Amino acid sequence: MISLAYRDIGNGFGRYLLTGLGIGLLIGVTLTMAGVFRGMVEDGRALLKAAGADIWVVQRNTLGPFAEPSSLPDDFYHGLLALDGVAQARNVAYLTLEIGAQHKVRVMLQGLAPDTPMPPLIAGRPISRSHYELIVDQRSRFQLDDIIHIHRHDYRVVGITRGMRSPSGDPMVFLPLKDAQKIQFLKDNDALYRDRKHLADNPRLNPPGNPFVLDAVEQTLFSNHRVNAILVNLRPGYDAQRLADDIEKWLRVTAYPTKRMERILIGNLIATASRQIGMFLAILTIVTAAIIALTIYSMTQTKLREIAVLKLIGTPNLLISRMILLEAVGLGLIGFLGGKLAATYWAPLFPKHVVLLGKDTLLALAITLTICVIASIAGIRAALRVPPSSAISG
Amino acid sequence: MNVKDHIPAISVRNLSKTYGHGRSAVTALKDVNLAVFPGEVVGLLGPSGSGKTTLLQCLGAILDPSGGKISLTGETLYENGWRNKDRRALRRDHIGFIFQRPYLIPFMDARDNIAFPPMLQGKPNKAARRRADELLALLEVAHRADARIEALSGGEQQRVAIARALANDPPVILADEPTAPLDSQRALIVMKLLQQTARQARTAIIVVTHDDNIIPLFERIYRLRDGILHEERGEGREMPSPAAAT
Repeated sequence: MISLAYRDIGNGFGRYLLTGLGIGLLIGVTLTMAGVFRGMVEDGRALLKAAGADIWVVQRNTLGPFAEPSSLPDDFYHGLLALDGVAQARNVAYLTLEIGAQHKVRVMLQGLAPDTPMPPLIAGRPISRSHYELIVDQRSRFQLDDIIHIHRHDYRVVGITRGMRSPSGDPMVFLPLKDAQKIQFLKDNDALYRDRKHLADNPRLNPPGNPFVLDAVEQTLFSNHRVNAILVNLRPGYDAQRLADDIEKWLRVTAYPTKRMERILIGNLIATASRQIGMFLAILTIVTAAIIALTIYSMTQTKLREIAVLKLIGTPNLLISRMILLEAVGLGLIGFLGGKLAATYWAPLFPKHVVLLGKDTLLALAITLTICVIASIAGIRAALRVPPSSAISG
Repeated sequence: MNVKDHIPAISVRNLSKTYGHGRSAVTALKDVNLAVFPGEVVGLLGPSGSGKTTLLQCLGAILDPSGGKISLTGETLYENGWRNKDRRALRRDHIGFIFQRPYLIPFMDARDNIAFPPMLQGKPNKAARRRADELLALLEVAHRADARIEALSGGEQQRVAIARALANDPPVILADEPTAPLDSQRALIVMKLLQQTARQARTAIIVVTHDDNIIPLFERIYRLRDGILHEERGEGREMPSPAAAT
């Protein structure tokens, strides 16, 4: 028996393929939106993984350092080291800013305390000097030995990482903690001049005959000894939640085990963005479904006369239904493959990190095929209602 | 003539068809009685709107009459509101259709358009295509066997449509102005082919036509006027008894 679907597709294969690819672009956009959402989650997790901490100690009653500002004295970690179960405590500073002269890139800077494990490199070497060296993520497009001017100093790129991004998708840049503190808190020359003048004009801070008071005040105000968080690693056998409770109780700060920090990062920081993407994704899925359904339905509508002729010469409904179903499923498969290929190829071009998960792809395939089958049912109903007499009318 | 030839292939008794209801009702067929025997080629004439196509559609199991009885090769197709449930199989196995326009399947080539009805009957693809090639040769379009329908001329398409109607060797062929798109020479060839088919395969053929050239070729001619059928020329064969019609 002749396959009606095969013949019909073969007759207008170019048009069929283009229709499928058109649907594919829509599916590709939908997959990409899902990928952007997954990327945000993955970036958040990657950041936490790269930090390698068991507990995050932040300013009291804050969700810092990512979801809210957090500031702690940089000598606070000594107190943490005194607690039973704490193997290591490291200061860390985070800040987001735009760097680069020729090409501006928005990055998240992470200040690393000495002896902090370096992120895995794909080129170059770890930071070995105490100042003015950078490790950059390859997505920032900076190269080894590039000199990057940040605020008042020049920094040399000594290492390159891959896949290190902030929850917002900005590439990470690592530098010595002291430099990060400077960048974060150091004011420009004009501001410093104004502040100094303001202090000098105040007789209570600049009493006659005692220049040391003004020096002391300036020292306090213009040097920075604060960090955003302290990363704590535990000794084996210690429970992160219990120790975090102890830290909060005795040191009057807030401490989050990594699991809780992950929930804050994903649940709080990217919650709004993910809800927005989720809404967009839902709308896009509905629009895609509607377009697929309409395409398949109108494909059937344009064939009603041929279907009537087929009925007239005695073709069973099953054969006609199978033709419509197979064409719909074929269109869905072309669309899905086109969409998957498109999403795969254009994902790296997106500024945001796009993660195309296998399970999302399978879900998209299942949804596409379901839509095609449902749409073909509507087409089949329309085809089965066509009287054979309509083949010869008009 | 064998015994079976005494049973009409097409038997119509008191057939009526009314479109619409109440005041807007239009009677297309009124008490039509007709019997066409195997091997006969009968002409059906009448002005536009006289009910010719309606009669053909009722006979072809594609339109339900309003009353009366239709039997095809002894099998009741319709009787006063009762209708045969397997009309699709009836059309496939018992009736060949030829229309003013070819109504071919555009996504099949000429050969497969003809081979498809035998395939629907369960014939192997090879045999069905062989039969299609025979018919294409008979209708002088063998060289267009692999052509797409849109690549065929109107006349070629019509010959393919005729071949499709003959493909299943149906006992009944209903032709609605089959020669309209053909030139007079090809029209005569087609009519000769229909006559030959009728004679050899004992097929009953009804041809609706306005073509004066082919009217002399009919053994009997019926004329429809305002839904009423009159026999104009024929052998005066008597209508069979109701028992014979079933």
